[in-house]
Amino acid sequence: MSEKKKPKKVFVSGSISPEKIATSIANHQVKTNIGAHSIFLGQVRADEIDGKTVTAIDYSAYEEMAEQKFYEIREAAFDQFDLTCMHIYHSLGEVKSGEICLFIFTSSAHRKEAIEACNFLVEEIKAKVPIFGKELFEDETHQWKVNR
Amino acid sequence: MKVTVKYFGAIAEQAGLHEEAIELSEIGTSLGDLKTHCIQKYQLDDDALQIAINQQIGTVNTLNDGDEIAFLPPFAGG
Repeated sequence: MSEKKKPKKVFVSGSISPEKIATSIANHQVKTNIGAHSIFLGQVRADEIDGKTVTAIDYSAYEEMAEQKFYEIREAAFDQFDLTCMHIYHSLGEVKSGEICLFIFTSSAHRKEAIEACNFLVEEIKAKVPIFGKELFEDETHQWKVNR
Repeated sequence: MKVTVKYFGAIAEQAGLHEEAIELSEIGTSLGDLKTHCIQKYQLDDDALQIAINQQIGTVNTLNDGDEIAFLPPFAGG
């Protein structure tokens, strides 16, 4: 049976540490009805654009609307997939290239539901949540990121 | 009748501000009127612009006193 969780705060300030991800995995070892986890990690890419390299992305958001969208997306995922639990974290502020800016963690009794729910969440978040990314270059110029 | 207009990301950069109150009696009470007013005032790039009224992107075109209108550039989460 899926357990519906109260919405937690999705946004974290700065990058998401590998330790936070490891701790999150460890915290699920007591939930022995889980048979499969699926994890998506978004990492800031050091894209080269016109000879300049992206050193970081400065994330901002329309926070009230974003929190509401995250809530709707979570509810849709719980309705659509047989999940034991689900966690979503997204960075705000500056995240350096190579660091993690999005952490999605879905757990289920079986792999198919966990994997499909994780993919669903990634696509929904990229399409529907008002988050904006300013790509910062080493020479202190910038450009605005657009999701493909 | 007054609404709050919020600008985000590249749009905030073009407008040079994040938020302002706009009196609609001077420009018209439809979303179309407000959109035209703001785009012209700040020379905003409206190619991929989305507008949310009270945090909903939709088809509503009539504005009410106290509405919160957000000008949203392309999303870049993840």
